[in-house]
Amino acid sequence: MEATVVKTGTEGKTWGGGNDPLKASYGKMMMWFFIVSDALTFSGFLASYGFSRFKFVDAWPIPDQVFTHFPFLHGVDAPMYYVAFMTFVLIFSSVTMVLAVDAGHKMQQNKVIFYLFLTIIGGFIFLGSQAWEWATFIKGDYGAIETKGGQIVQFLDKEGERVALRDFAAVASGERTEQSKENGIWFKSESEYYPSVSFDQVKAGFLANDNLLVRIQHKDEHGQHIVLNREESIAKVVNDGVMVVEGANLRHNEYGHPLFADFFFFITGFHGFHVATGVLINCIIFFNVILGTYERRGHYEMVEKVGLYWHFVDLVWVFVFTFFYLV
Amino acid sequence: MAHEHKLEIFRGALKFKSNVSKIWGVFVVLSIVTTVEVALGIIRPDFLVDHHFLALRLLNWVFIILTLFKAYYITWDFMHMRDETAGLRRAVIWTSIFLIAYLVTLILIEGDYIFEVYKNGFIKFNF
Repeated sequence: MEATVVKTGTEGKTWGGGNDPLKASYGKMMMWFFIVSDALTFSGFLASYGFSRFKFVDAWPIPDQVFTHFPFLHGVDAPMYYVAFMTFVLIFSSVTMVLAVDAGHKMQQNKVIFYLFLTIIGGFIFLGSQAWEWATFIKGDYGAIETKGGQIVQFLDKEGERVALRDFAAVASGERTEQSKENGIWFKSESEYYPSVSFDQVKAGFLANDNLLVRIQHKDEHGQHIVLNREESIAKVVNDGVMVVEGANLRHNEYGHPLFADFFFFITGFHGFHVATGVLINCIIFFNVILGTYERRGHYEMVEKVGLYWHFVDLVWVFVFTFFYLV
Repeated sequence: MAHEHKLEIFRGALKFKSNVSKIWGVFVVLSIVTTVEVALGIIRPDFLVDHHFLALRLLNWVFIILTLFKAYYITWDFMHMRDETAGLRRAVIWTSIFLIAYLVTLILIEGDYIFEVYKNGFIKFNF
């Protein structure tokens, strides 16, 4: 058998194998390379968001005017406070995670349990906040009119405050006819999504109320949406308006360009999915720590590897926060 | 596993006695930066909004730079990149930075081109 063994002449040298130049274990290195590939995925998403935004750069929604809600504070204009809170939650859960990793290095089982528990709680708070953020975004607030060209027209009073459709729409004159399969096209059923007021009600209410103006998607040189004067407003609503939009979905979005909502759902959704899997993995190793798995193994490297993933989720949020809410 | 931690941040301007206190120090830094970002996002100072550099408002440059600053400290201290070997660090960081910079540059230029076509071409988006 000895004849089949090939000697390379590199035994004991650098190329002879057995040394690890990166001084990282297999699992940790693979986690890093997974993170690199995932980072490229997210940058692909954010770059495509940037593409669409640059394409409609003079008509993109202003985040300060979109995310203005805070739980339990109804009617209070609180731009971005809630997202800032979410950011702090995620950064803080990153801190507790890195403290758990540090305690793991020192083989302090109880401290690892405590910090991992806090990390999981932070993850759940973040997920709940995101659910609330989505629900608020989908439900909408003031409502708007969409034009033939798919542009959004929002209503303001003379002081520049937003006015909700329900506050000025005229009382319905006729009954709303539901579409049934017997009348009309057989394969089309009643749409699941329809607004609380009809376009005609809004138009009538708008014409009757001299105090109302409209704001269009296009922006002036200061980056603010242009507010039309009364005559232009009437012309816009009467000539171009076609439908009422309340809230946001993948096709219509009362806050502005539909692509804004599409990317919002897609990117924050994909990030939320990462947070959810992160919480799941955190729970698994949490129970492993309680059961003493890593104590018996002699090291807590698994906590460190999962920690890398968790920090990466935080890192992605830092970028999502900047490009969706700040810029 | 019990490898050494480098306990300095800001190029040695700030030294910590233990890894735990360094973690809290970095948390304070990240919190301050986030607070500044949110404050700037709410106030939106006129000077930063009305002046441009390379087709972007100065305010957006401030946000992007602060974001990269935060990303650096999350990677270096929370993800322990500071303690890894130079080989692993460069394999991860430079790969991502070059690819992302390339992708973003090309795609944003293309987006801007389409904007110009909509604005100055025959296709109008004003109805």
